Amino acid sequence: MNKRMMLLAVFLVLSLLTAACGSSGTNDKTALENQPQTNSDSNSKDSADSSDADTAKKSVEIFSWWTGAGEEAGLLGLIDLFNQKHPDIEVINAAVAGGAGTNAKAVLASRMQGGDPPGTFQVHGGAELNTGWVAAGKMESLNALYESEGWMDKFPKDLIDMVSHDGTIYSVPVNIHRGNVLFYNKKIFDDNHLTPPTTFEEFFKAADALQAQGIIPLALGDKEPWTATMVFEDALLGVLGPEDYKQLFTGEIAFDDAKVKDALEKTKRMFSYINEDHAARNWQDAAQLVANGQAAMNIMGDWAKGYFTTDLKLQPNVDFGWIATPDTGGSFMVITDTFGLPKGVKDANSVDEWLKVLGSVEGQDIFNPLKGSIPARVDADSSKYDVYGQSTIADFKQSSLTPSLAHGSAAAEGFLTQVNQVMTIFVTKGDVDQAAKSLRDAQVSSGIVK
Amino acid sequence: MTRTKHSRLPKSDALIPVLMILPSLIAIAIFVYGFIAWTGYISLTDWNTLVRNLDFVGLSNYAFLFQDFRFQSDLRNTVVFTILFIVATIGFGLLLAMLVDRRIRAEALFRNIFIFPMALSFIVTGVVWQWILNPTTGVNLILQALGAAKGHLPKWYISTSIVPGISGGQIELGIPIALIAVVIATVWQMSGFAMAMYLAGLRGISDELKEAARVDGASEWTVFRRIILPQLHPITGSLVIMLTHISLKIFDLIYAMTGPGAMFVTDVPGVYMFETTFRGNHYAQGAAIAMIMLLLVSLLIIPYLKSSLKEGAS
Repeated sequence: MNKRMMLLAVFLVLSLLTAACGSSGTNDKTALENQPQTNSDSNSKDSADSSDADTAKKSVEIFSWWTGAGEEAGLLGLIDLFNQKHPDIEVINAAVAGGAGTNAKAVLASRMQGGDPPGTFQVHGGAELNTGWVAAGKMESLNALYESEGWMDKFPKDLIDMVSHDGTIYSVPVNIHRGNVLFYNKKIFDDNHLTPPTTFEEFFKAADALQAQGIIPLALGDKEPWTATMVFEDALLGVLGPEDYKQLFTGEIAFDDAKVKDALEKTKRMFSYINEDHAARNWQDAAQLVANGQAAMNIMGDWAKGYFTTDLKLQPNVDFGWIATPDTGGSFMVITDTFGLPKGVKDANSVDEWLKVLGSVEGQDIFNPLKGSIPARVDADSSKYDVYGQSTIADFKQSSLTPSLAHGSAAAEGFLTQVNQVMTIFVTKGDVDQAAKSLRDAQVSSGIVK
Repeated sequence: MTRTKHSRLPKSDALIPVLMILPSLIAIAIFVYGFIAWTGYISLTDWNTLVRNLDFVGLSNYAFLFQDFRFQSDLRNTVVFTILFIVATIGFGLLLAMLVDRRIRAEALFRNIFIFPMALSFIVTGVVWQWILNPTTGVNLILQALGAAKGHLPKWYISTSIVPGISGGQIELGIPIALIAVVIATVWQMSGFAMAMYLAGLRGISDELKEAARVDGASEWTVFRRIILPQLHPITGSLVIMLTHISLKIFDLIYAMTGPGAMFVTDVPGVYMFETTFRGNHYAQGAAIAMIMLLLVSLLIIPYLKSSLKEGAS
């Protein structure tokens, strides 16, 4: 009896052990790798076929992290348009879920390093593109495409600069998001007779008034630390202004400069107004605090507008309002999603066709209203956009454009991950000198200062 | 009988077993040991951007890590987590095993209920417990309904306090309170496994032995301490080994449940390795973390292998 029970128990344990190991191992792998894996398989198969016989189906694999509500709709709209124009080319949608592309970038890095590039992939314009894949020599020049499509004067010059390296253009911008936006709950502001703050002074005054009313002044969800980095970068832009801000990333201004410390002080003061459970929330959870009236303000890129209107069904200018973050009124923190052509893609012609659709007025005006961003082209049809989009399109034309640090446009990913680590500590500890020193160390070790 | 069969085999047949295991030997040599060596090599290079750079820089990646606030926190967290997790899992598992071992009714049902969490992946456990222990939506709502004052509710995994918080260079040494939430989740998942192991052990202890002790006038406590615990000793040993290697390599549960946490109170080397390698493109740094983790695990596994090899030989 005892022996039988023991055998049974051991068997039970062993079978559970293998089941647990098997499930934890394979689950993670499939979640992360399955989609691109199968896609790349079919891609390589297709391209192998097409080299054998020209009649075989052509294909383009599109790698992105557009899986959220509005952005996925935008991508599918683009794919529909592409299918109408090129019914002979199969589109493979290889999207990897995860906010700000953090998971997707990891999958992309292993595919690029492994010599299995997707047909085209989403990459933020600026350093993420230039110090990453361009410096690694993995991207093709797109100058010929820009010339033949007449794009050179259709995108703002500042923007073309962000996707170029030494005069060679490497990607096509499809949208623009603004990073320095302060969203606020209109009802709370009206009830408390507050006007939306334009300067740090006004921000702190309003925050004090709100706190006295028992309302959380500023919502933050830094479970993923880039949200805290966004608050910091907007404070940097507010204190330093657009020209000096850009010089931080060329090494002309050091990160332990007095002005940076001032920005850190302001950030620290802003963090003193946040919700207590910030570390348990992601950006949507933080935006939700503003939407349901528990918090008054939220600093976030304007994808939060898409979240408010599409997911939460709020009315712009009725339920929520927006304004540039303190002291950044004349600046526009640019986050631009772009697509390029990696080297070693078998069916490069199909990728070219995709990029042409992406860069066209028609393509941009299908994608952007759905995603909640504004078009990168200057000649897009602004009547297709909502009241937020129209005001942002106007701002985009007048403001000085600055690259976002938190989204990899201002500096290499290596520097960004270090800044994120500094912010993770800074949110809690608030040690300005230590943060400035760590930022300076990162600035030196990541090669920003030559 | 097998022995006589063996001796009749022609000499050349001795080659067949070697040939049979050769493919897997080669595969393991390349895909396990070869890649360990490659990782070790990368960890000594300057490959800290997307562009591959194999310049030899000695131990500077390791030097960086040991001065790094985040990695120091990781090491503290790993030690604290491992101790709390193992003590709690073993203690709780033993308790459950003793209870189930009472020959109660519906024993199989209870056994299965306790073991069931083990069948889940750590990702599922992480997501579930993230919500249960969320300070605004989870178990705190129940505590509040029971009358706990709002200001005194536990903060679970978002707490940034470290007890007792002795200053140790950049970081504070002690038990990060946030880790306790993670320990609760892992103990929930793994104590059923410990229970099953102990149950097997308990069923292996003969009733005569216990009866004899009782006849000699030993109290139940003495029987437990002097008869049962020593008999369970080998099982505890195996459990410690298995649980430690789980806790040293833990990644998925923390990644899904808390992330690195404010001030890295719930960060572990596995999460740091993933983020610095695949998000920051610091390949050499990631490789260095991998090597340190390997070292930690081997400190534990090698003595175990040695002792079990000895047992096998004798």
